[in-house]
Amino acid sequence: MHPAPSVILFTVLSGLGFGLLAFLGFGVPDVSGWVAFVFFFVAYALAVGGLMASAFHLGNPKNAIKSFSQWRSSWLSREAWLAVLGLCVMGVYAALLIFVGLRLPWIGAAGALLCVGAVFSTSMIYTQLTTVPRWHHWSTPVLFLLLSLGGGALLAGQSTLAGVLLALVGGVQAWVWWDGDQRFKRAGSTIGTATGLGDRGAVRLFEPPHTGTNYLLTEMVYVVGRKHAQKLRIIALICMSILPAVILLLLPVGHFMALLVVLMHLGGVFAARWLFFAEAEHVVGLYYDKR
Amino acid sequence: MTSLPQSTEKKLGLVIDLDTCVGCHACVTACKGWNTQNEDTPLADMDAYGSEPVGSFLNRVHSFEVQPEVGPAQTIHFPKSCLHCDDAPCVTVCPTGASYKRVEDGIVLVNEDACMGCGLCAWACPYGARELDQDAGVMKKCTLCVDRIYNETLPEEDRQPACVRTCPAGARHFGDLGDPESDVSKLVAERDGMPLMPELGTQPVNRYLPPRPKDTWEEVDVLAPLLQPVAEEPKGFLGWLDKALEKL
Amino acid sequence: MTHHQPDLNLSPKVSDEVRQTTCYMCACRCGINVHMKSGKVAYIEGNRNHPVNKGVLCAKGASGIMQVNAPSRLRAPLKRVGPRGSGAFEEISWDEALEMATGILEPIRKEAPEKLAFFTGRDQSQSFTSFWAQGFGTPNYAAHGGFCSVNMAAGGIYTMGGAFWEFGQPDWDRTKLFMLFGVAEDHDSNPIKMGLGKLKKRGAKVIGVNPIRSGYNAIADEWVGITPGTDGLFILALVHCLLKAGKIDLEYLTWFTDAPCLVNSDPNSDEYGLILRDEEGRALVWDRIERRPRCFDKPDVCPDLGGTWVNEGIAHKSVFQLMIERYLSDDYAPEAVAERCGVSAGRIRKIAIELARVAFEEAFEVEQEWTDFRGKTHKTMKGRPVAMHAMRGISAHANGFQTCRALHTLQIILGTVEAPGGFRFKPPYPKPVEAHPVPHCKVTPGAPLDGPHLGFVRGPENLALKEDGTPARIDKAFTWENPMSAHGLMHMVISNAHAGDPYKINTLFMYMANMSWNSSMNTKGVMEMLTDKDENGDYVIPNIIYSDAYASEMVAYADLILPDTTYLERHDCISLLDRPICEADGAADAIRWPVIEPDRDVRGFQSVLCDLGARLNLPGFVNEDGSQKYDDYADYITNHQRRPGIGPLFGWRDEDGESAGRGAPNPKQLDRYIENGGFHVQHIPDEALYYKPWNKAYQDWAVKMGIYDVPQPYLFTLYCEPMRKFQLAAEGHGERQPPDHLRDRIKATMDPLPIWWDTNADNLGEEYPVHALTQRPMAMYHSWGSQNAWLRQIHGRNPLYVPTKIWEANGFAEGDWARVSSPHGEITVPVAHMAALNENTIWTWNAIGKRKGTWALEEDAPEATKGFLLNHLIHELLPPKGDGQRWANSDPITGQAAWFDLRVKVEKAEAPAESQPAFEPITSPVGTGPKVNRQKVE
Repeated sequence: MHPAPSVILFTVLSGLGFGLLAFLGFGVPDVSGWVAFVFFFVAYALAVGGLMASAFHLGNPKNAIKSFSQWRSSWLSREAWLAVLGLCVMGVYAALLIFVGLRLPWIGAAGALLCVGAVFSTSMIYTQLTTVPRWHHWSTPVLFLLLSLGGGALLAGQSTLAGVLLALVGGVQAWVWWDGDQRFKRAGSTIGTATGLGDRGAVRLFEPPHTGTNYLLTEMVYVVGRKHAQKLRIIALICMSILPAVILLLLPVGHFMALLVVLMHLGGVFAARWLFFAEAEHVVGLYYDKR
Repeated sequence: MTSLPQSTEKKLGLVIDLDTCVGCHACVTACKGWNTQNEDTPLADMDAYGSEPVGSFLNRVHSFEVQPEVGPAQTIHFPKSCLHCDDAPCVTVCPTGASYKRVEDGIVLVNEDACMGCGLCAWACPYGARELDQDAGVMKKCTLCVDRIYNETLPEEDRQPACVRTCPAGARHFGDLGDPESDVSKLVAERDGMPLMPELGTQPVNRYLPPRPKDTWEEVDVLAPLLQPVAEEPKGFLGWLDKALEKL
Repeated sequence: MTHHQPDLNLSPKVSDEVRQTTCYMCACRCGINVHMKSGKVAYIEGNRNHPVNKGVLCAKGASGIMQVNAPSRLRAPLKRVGPRGSGAFEEISWDEALEMATGILEPIRKEAPEKLAFFTGRDQSQSFTSFWAQGFGTPNYAAHGGFCSVNMAAGGIYTMGGAFWEFGQPDWDRTKLFMLFGVAEDHDSNPIKMGLGKLKKRGAKVIGVNPIRSGYNAIADEWVGITPGTDGLFILALVHCLLKAGKIDLEYLTWFTDAPCLVNSDPNSDEYGLILRDEEGRALVWDRIERRPRCFDKPDVCPDLGGTWVNEGIAHKSVFQLMIERYLSDDYAPEAVAERCGVSAGRIRKIAIELARVAFEEAFEVEQEWTDFRGKTHKTMKGRPVAMHAMRGISAHANGFQTCRALHTLQIILGTVEAPGGFRFKPPYPKPVEAHPVPHCKVTPGAPLDGPHLGFVRGPENLALKEDGTPARIDKAFTWENPMSAHGLMHMVISNAHAGDPYKINTLFMYMANMSWNSSMNTKGVMEMLTDKDENGDYVIPNIIYSDAYASEMVAYADLILPDTTYLERHDCISLLDRPICEADGAADAIRWPVIEPDRDVRGFQSVLCDLGARLNLPGFVNEDGSQKYDDYADYITNHQRRPGIGPLFGWRDEDGESAGRGAPNPKQLDRYIENGGFHVQHIPDEALYYKPWNKAYQDWAVKMGIYDVPQPYLFTLYCEPMRKFQLAAEGHGERQPPDHLRDRIKATMDPLPIWWDTNADNLGEEYPVHALTQRPMAMYHSWGSQNAWLRQIHGRNPLYVPTKIWEANGFAEGDWARVSSPHGEITVPVAHMAALNENTIWTWNAIGKRKGTWALEEDAPEATKGFLLNHLIHELLPPKGDGQRWANSDPITGQAAWFDLRVKVEKAEAPAESQPAFEPITSPVGTGPKVNRQKVE
């Protein structure tokens, strides 16, 4: 799949933002007034910024408002609702907390759950796709949620919890890569089933339908070099998970170190998310003899 | 709208004969011509005369080679457009309700007025049947020429998809695959029409008729009865000829 | 949960009006419905009533709208202002352009009309353009047949009075076994696709004989991946098997062919090897009952296939006996040919068996009485359900003419030609050689030529030679080098004109022929010849006038451009006098008419010739008072009469429009065609549908239609007597004698019975072991497709397809490039793997490669950077043999360009920045096309 910057920015930033909001909703850290404002500002900036980035992925954004209509069947629609509801409910919670000094835990908890739900919905947009076997797996929401909560904990200043969650992220991510590499084969779609010609012999593409490229190829058939992918995986794992977890769990963390860990983690997540898309093989590639 | 109908009254679709398709691309441009003119927005071509021309096509013809264990390789032309799946994943993922499957005939369509161009339906489709028009920013797909097949301003014989009407070899058939008595259903039954990627559970309506077995003639040695020599030499041949002519 | 869906308008109005005309996206000439909206072309589909395509339309036809709106269309007459080849032009008015043309042409006509060479490429109005050239008086006229498929056309006419495509078609509804030889997939494309569809529907078998398994061969049930250039040998092996097993149609051979005709067997006779004839010139056969020679057409004659007439001690044998003597030889046994053909002996035998089995064991009778030319009535029509088709694949070889004749011989011994289930002629064919003109070349300054340029020679007496024996024509057609060059040799014109051999010309006038690119061998050399200057600094070819509708590669090489219209903006006639669109069941012709008016300052080329013809005072183009006779081409189509009552169109003749075939001009004729959808059909009566060359009912019908002036039944000529006449001359008989250096070749190649010879050595096959071919993709027509925004996405570049063996031997991988060299040149191009390919053959799609600056494409278009031509590897002459001669790379009989004899070697190469050779960009006379194409009429 094409690793579009808009979608990478969207999933990474909103995941982090909603993760932080979830912690704030549960009163972690227990802040109020201007300190709370700063925390909420960061969370909203990330969540809203991410959502805005996603609009760049739309071909016809003027109809974006219609995406609220299909919550009964569409994960993307559900995500839109949960994200907006989460932001609104958390907005009420935050406003009362910051400006009135009133903490309404039930509203906070509800908002937090909505935010987690938004991240879950985002992950389900990918998980539901049988066409991308690497994504079509329970581990996709697990990884998205762990990352969101781990990043949220990190931003919420919960060093130990963040350290544990990010260590978990590392483990899950490593397994997902290992397992993900086998999922396409396991799913069973081949150029033979795609064409129905598999029982006649070995099938290969002779001529593509057009000599140039097309939307399907640029959007869904992104071929990433295996060597580069391995390197990037290691970098991502170290930055996103291992180093932050080690620092958070084993070293004293000051403000400067925390910022460094956040940046390192963010960089790692961007790399991992790039790989999430770039390494995802869509079955349509079979018709082009490409994966 | 994004939900699929429980069932559809008909299952209109195409049956494509891989034993007959010569890969001429007629269906490709007839489709492009009809739909660029008759959809809400044209099927645009970006960089149309430049280094990377990329346009929207609702139907494309791939060419595959099959190497059997014995015998020469085979070339198989393979037209592909929307299969109008019974369980169309492209419909249910749509957040705006632009994608839908018609309850009357099962045709899967995009309502351009509602499409926001997120591309998710194209991701959900295993067959590459949907293309986001790079100019209009909305999703394009085969409509089974819904604006032709019921069109009362067209003569009745023309009420079929543009690709079927134009196909010179007659490799494309259109009809109701939900009706076991229809011509297309009978063809599928006779020729073992196959779905594509059945393992994904999309239950495509369109079917492909597999190529008939090829290169099945076995080599023949000199003693074949039909080639028994009447003579080895011209002289002997003339003797045979004389007798044969006598019989006429 | 309820299901919602929008309300759709299921019956939108499709168009304001439908205008029916004829397609010109290739040479197939299908009927089209042009849907008009707001006065513009909105959509094009096939015309269901049309005899050619019956509603279907190919990829090209269905993208005609992108051709009509192509940014590459020329906009106004152009005068060259920079050096030739640079593309620097200025737009001028039509008055200025026509005055300029007249200024060039008038003095030539007055002094030496042969100094004009007028060649018309892919012209579909040859009966008109040749009429113009004849009026001008130059002998130098032809269209593109010489580099296309003249072997097929001439081989068919000399053998059975017609060939494939326009000449005839398989009996698609009845044939059970169809054998297809190396076909160019754009020729007759929709009818063949429709026919294949019919065969597939009935489960009939298709055998594809082609080194490349693409297109039609992809759906062949049995694929014979033959070695290029060996089709003739393969076919003669089939003939051998069938003859030896006696699996031949003796009745058919007896009654309908020259097989029983007696051949002069006296080695001392001046007519040695010619058919014995009576005093009136009628061929003699041995009568089995009366045991004496008699005329072949006597009502009660009983020809003896094995007859011999011993006269004055000489035993004159029948043609059939000569065939037996030749083809029973073990030289043609499957084992003897298998290796050279790349087809195993067992497979050859299996194919022979299937041909025999289907022809004889699945024979059937059609309950239809008919009477033959001898007056014998047959109760039924015997069906032999084996049909064949071939085109350029077998003909574009130096041995192509004989190969085509061999194929017809195979059809004929099986009795499948004009039999139900076999191969059927389309009017105006069958038409024997005798019904065709001979070539004419007598030049008289200021006067027309003495007759039609092109024709079918009957012997040395018809060669186009001057009194001193030198060639009369600039292309050296109808000379000892290629005596039977029925279509001329367009591919030799530029090199001969440049060399001044046989003489210098003043003006090259061409129409729709991309000679500086894909239509020439030795493309780079041709560009140099067109721009070469003499010692005075003048161009060696002084004037070049060119007409084209589009900014092709050739435009830059002309001094004056006469911009043509697109096919929807013009009048045309697809005439029975020319290359008509008939079907086996009926005669048909068609028109084009301007369904839209040009939005540019362009004119139909034929209308321009009407104007130019009048300015030059050409007979046929001026009235008695000297005024212009035809206002435009439409006027000519309506009012011209070739013979009294016979005009370009055969429908709705006479004032009242009630006559078909013969009749006075009808001023409303074009309107009647338009009302009828642009065409006219006359069905052949049922009793005349088969056995046409010998069928009285057909002959009478053809006379009524104006196809013949008198009935002319004839025998198929397995033995080609005109060829024997050339051999006789080479043996020293007769007044007209070939030059000595050609004698041996004429003796060897002009064999009156089909033979095969190897072209390997001539093309240095030892050093260059790989065969290289091109074929045209079904979605493109020559170079035209690239200016079409839709089609160029399908074929925007052309890889060199390499078979598995060569792929692996070179260690090729996807994305690699290869250096391909031939005795003549070298190219470096991208490769791709193809398994379903003869193991010793490489190939690519033809004419996808483009020169930078042409066709309104941007200079970095893939056509110009990754596309390529194989033409750079091919020369119009063969490599030197060391005998002091440079022999032409063409068939020694017809002069057909031997494109497919090319031999190369292939090696892996570093990827260059772009395909090599690369040429300097040409300045585009029309700029480049828009970035975004949104084709929709609101």
